Amino acid sequence: MSSITRRRALGVAAGAAGAVTALAQAGPAAASAPRAAAPAADPDPASFDEVYQGRRIQGGPARGGGHHGGHHAGGYTVTIDGRELHVMRNADGTWISVINHYEPVATPRELARAAVRELQGAPLVPLTLG
Amino acid sequence: MTVRKNQATLTADEKRRFVAALLELKRSGRYDTFVTTHNAFIMSDTDDGDRVGHRSPSFLPWHRRFLIEFEEALKSVDATVTLPYWDWTADRTPRSSLWAPDFLGGTGRARDGQVTDGPFARTGGRWPIAVRVDGRDYLRRDLGAGGRQLPTRAEVDSVLAVETYDTAPWNSASDGFRNHLEGWRGVNLHNRVHVWVGGQMATGVSPNDPVFWLHHAFVDKLWADWQARHPRSAYLPAAGTRNVVDLHDTMRPWNDVTPADMLDHTPHYTFDTAA
Ligand SMILES: [Cu+2]
Ligand SMILES: [Cu+2]
Repeated sequence: MSSITRRRALGVAAGAAGAVTALAQAGPAAASAPRAAAPAADPDPASFDEVYQGRRIQGGPARGGGHHGGHHAGGYTVTIDGRELHVMRNADGTWISVINHYEPVATPRELARAAVRELQGAPLVPLTLG
Repeated sequence: MTVRKNQATLTADEKRRFVAALLELKRSGRYDTFVTTHNAFIMSDTDDGDRVGHRSPSFLPWHRRFLIEFEEALKSVDATVTLPYWDWTADRTPRSSLWAPDFLGGTGRARDGQVTDGPFARTGGRWPIAVRVDGRDYLRRDLGAGGRQLPTRAEVDSVLAVETYDTAPWNSASDGFRNHLEGWRGVNLHNRVHVWVGGQMATGVSPNDPVFWLHHAFVDKLWADWQARHPRSAYLPAAGTRNVVDLHDTMRPWNDVTPADMLDHTPHYTFDTAA
């Protein structure tokens, strides 16, 4: 079994991703047309560092150039027990992760907690290919 | 002639052949290449960057092409097999025959989400989850646990009534038919079904659950149904849109197929009901 990083997997399978444009805040489209069911999004999410259901979850501005978390999340990184949770910010300011991909939540902290509940103790791993 | 049928109408033999073809693709390693491709797009499609498979107008033609390729793989194993579709407005509980042990198996157990019956249960040893984002190498489900019900026929009809295919900014914030079907806005059809199934279906590696194909075959049918209701509504955008696949732009990863090529499904397959 081989294991490669997500960044490499993307490079191989999807080619170069689009321009990296930090989403400063929820854009004008989101402001004029909020999603009916979505919770209100924090325009500038706070850092957090807590233990939730026995797992250490942390979130905050990505440090170190080129960190993958900065790619799709406006420079914000989330980890669970020190391992990166791939997160993405939607145009309306809500968040999804690779663990809860189809159900946006309002903040990265909520997103990390949802992933912990879903993981039921399992560790995050870099994308593993059989 | 490829006819895609409602899964609820499949005979025991048709179910057996479909399951056997899935297991053979899994055994040969071909199945997992589809999971890998899908996840690569899930992670790279962004609202403010290049987007092809999701949260963009090409969500529907991209998945149509993806399903055709998968259906061809199934047929290479057994020429009689086609993709069934799951009408989740009709078969809307975990007690549906879809989830019976002779077809996809049922929900996961509470302790670890593990599916314990049917052909894809860990105990059978024939469905290891190799392409994964966490340490668990078995199929998981949590049918209906999120609390929200599957979409109703009335909700589907309300989305099919939307006349415009898609609108700027051509992403998860867009108004229009595509995004209401995909589910980032409005009543939420497609995304909600991923969440209802739970387990891998709620993650970026959702095709690990074979129900992915039955779900997307129905989403694809809804696109055909919408086209039949709105013959004058075109795929949008037409041209010149940054980061987005216009009508005549090619789509990754194939680079030889455009949304325009995918507008008519009938050269590839038909449905068991009139669209
Ligand atoms: Cu998809
Ligand atoms: Cu999907």
